[in-house]
Amino acid sequence: MKYFLKSLVKTIPVLLLITLIVFLLVRVTGDPVSLMLPETATDAERDSLREAMGFNDPLPVQYLNYLGDLVTGDFGDSFRYNTDALNLILERLPATIELAIASMIVAIVISVPLGILSAVKRNSFFDLFITGGAVLGKAMPSFWLGIMLILMLSVTFQFFPVSGRGTLGHLVLPALTLGTGIAAEMTRLIRSSMLEILGQDFIRTARSKGLGESIVVNKHAFRNALIPVVTIMALQTSTLIGGTLITETVFAWPGLGQLLVQSVNLRDMAVVQAATFIIAIFVILSNLIADLVYRTLDPRIKYD
Amino acid sequence: MTGITEPIANEGRVKPQSSLKRLGKRLLQSKTGMVGLIIVVGVILMAILAPLLTDNDPAKTDVINRLIPPFWLEGGNTEFLLGTDNLGRDILSRIIYGSRISLLIGISAVLLAGAIGMALGLIAGYYGKVWDFIIMRTVDSLLAIPNILFMLIILAVMGPSLITLILVLGGTSWVVYARMVRSETLSIKERDYVRSAKAIGAKDFRIIMKYILPNVLSSFIVIATLNVATTIILEASLSFLGLGIQPPDVSWGLMLSDGREYIATSWWVATFPGIAITVTVLGVIFLGDWLRDVLDPKIKD
Repeated sequence: MKYFLKSLVKTIPVLLLITLIVFLLVRVTGDPVSLMLPETATDAERDSLREAMGFNDPLPVQYLNYLGDLVTGDFGDSFRYNTDALNLILERLPATIELAIASMIVAIVISVPLGILSAVKRNSFFDLFITGGAVLGKAMPSFWLGIMLILMLSVTFQFFPVSGRGTLGHLVLPALTLGTGIAAEMTRLIRSSMLEILGQDFIRTARSKGLGESIVVNKHAFRNALIPVVTIMALQTSTLIGGTLITETVFAWPGLGQLLVQSVNLRDMAVVQAATFIIAIFVILSNLIADLVYRTLDPRIKYD
Repeated sequence: MTGITEPIANEGRVKPQSSLKRLGKRLLQSKTGMVGLIIVVGVILMAILAPLLTDNDPAKTDVINRLIPPFWLEGGNTEFLLGTDNLGRDILSRIIYGSRISLLIGISAVLLAGAIGMALGLIAGYYGKVWDFIIMRTVDSLLAIPNILFMLIILAVMGPSLITLILVLGGTSWVVYARMVRSETLSIKERDYVRSAKAIGAKDFRIIMKYILPNVLSSFIVIATLNVATTIILEASLSFLGLGIQPPDVSWGLMLSDGREYIATSWWVATFPGIAITVTVLGVIFLGDWLRDVLDPKIKD
């Protein structure tokens, strides 16, 4: 508990730094007013809006105001949708969570059996095939994989719809696209983690007790091999969210990722700021939880 | 003292001649390393010799010849071996010229990121204290924002161009190097030869450049090589999302975003540039994995 609190306190400077980075990026590098008003607006109109929005204050004052707004949960309004940025994000969040969970399921279903198999049958044909596939999965850009899946399973065979959200069928291709990339990474991880565990003394002990190979592999080895895998997967949250940006764009999946890409393209900075901040908090929390889970699962690691 | 420190300090350094021979020998033993090298050299040659390889202008639009299929399909012809895209541009020549952007950005962004990461990692690891706190908290903050999102925001405010793209890719991916260099520095600076050098009064700068940097270098080269692969994919992703390379420049990622529109009728527009990216990245990964085995057996995947 003490360790948890300590880690929590450690995230405060990080969070502050993130707000500063996001704030500076948006406020210093562009004139938000010129994006909000039509091109025909007069200078007087621009000035009055600038004044009203507080853009004439010195930067530190603006930053403090911005922080104050954040703390009270006011993330500003999207000028594109004329609505509260936070609400807009919360509206889109379920679609993205649905996609993220489905992708993780795909990744686990692919990587757990393949990772174990390639470790147990080390240097066999299977192993070569699986590790080769994993490297290929890493080398393929996910959006290209998505386009190829559309080509094969939507255009040629018409198994699944090309884009959008609604039925379970809509979920299949985006989840496969996002899940395959993660599966490639996880298969490698599970394989190397399993190999390390399989070489340890307690596995030899289990075997010498006369336990069947499947029990040794599934019960003794796999459970222990999972510990680093779980942790490293949680550390991939940021990559996963980054992946939704591209996957959602390819499949017109109406989630947070698509909203973000659109908002960035339209310079709708209130939405971008709010979403970035929320994503960062989410990533930091999941890293913290991963750290805790790791320490709980592996008693050899001491709380300092 | 110096008599003891020198040979140990030289331990991590590679003598140029014998090690090149050794590298060559090890490369011949590794099939994937060989394949990786051939692919990478091939792509580099393709980029340099582009004008000799094709007569077709990669940016020339020709609406009459739009969406011509590859030569082996009905309606295709040998002038456009891999067909044409929605604006009648030759796909093969676009792939050949596209390799220039991929390599240029991949290599220069990695050099930039490597330089920043190396410098900050050495400072954080060697000096510690406030430096370490500031640098590592910045690293943590950048790691909490998905890098593609961070890059999109900067490109949106600064406006996409080749230079901004390199700056953005280099300026955000240095964190990987900084982390690695810092942790290596932390352990190296406690070793006896560094302590001895300090004891005889060597200046910090000299210690860093002579005793620490050479020992970090092999891990650094491995990570940098693998990072070229990541950077090529990121460039393609950013261009695909519309904030990377802008027409009339040619990028594989840009070609894919055109191809996405025409996937229902003209599969070749999106298929070939994707193969180009995958093969190139695969080559770089093979080369990086092999370098890791040879230079730095202690890093695992």
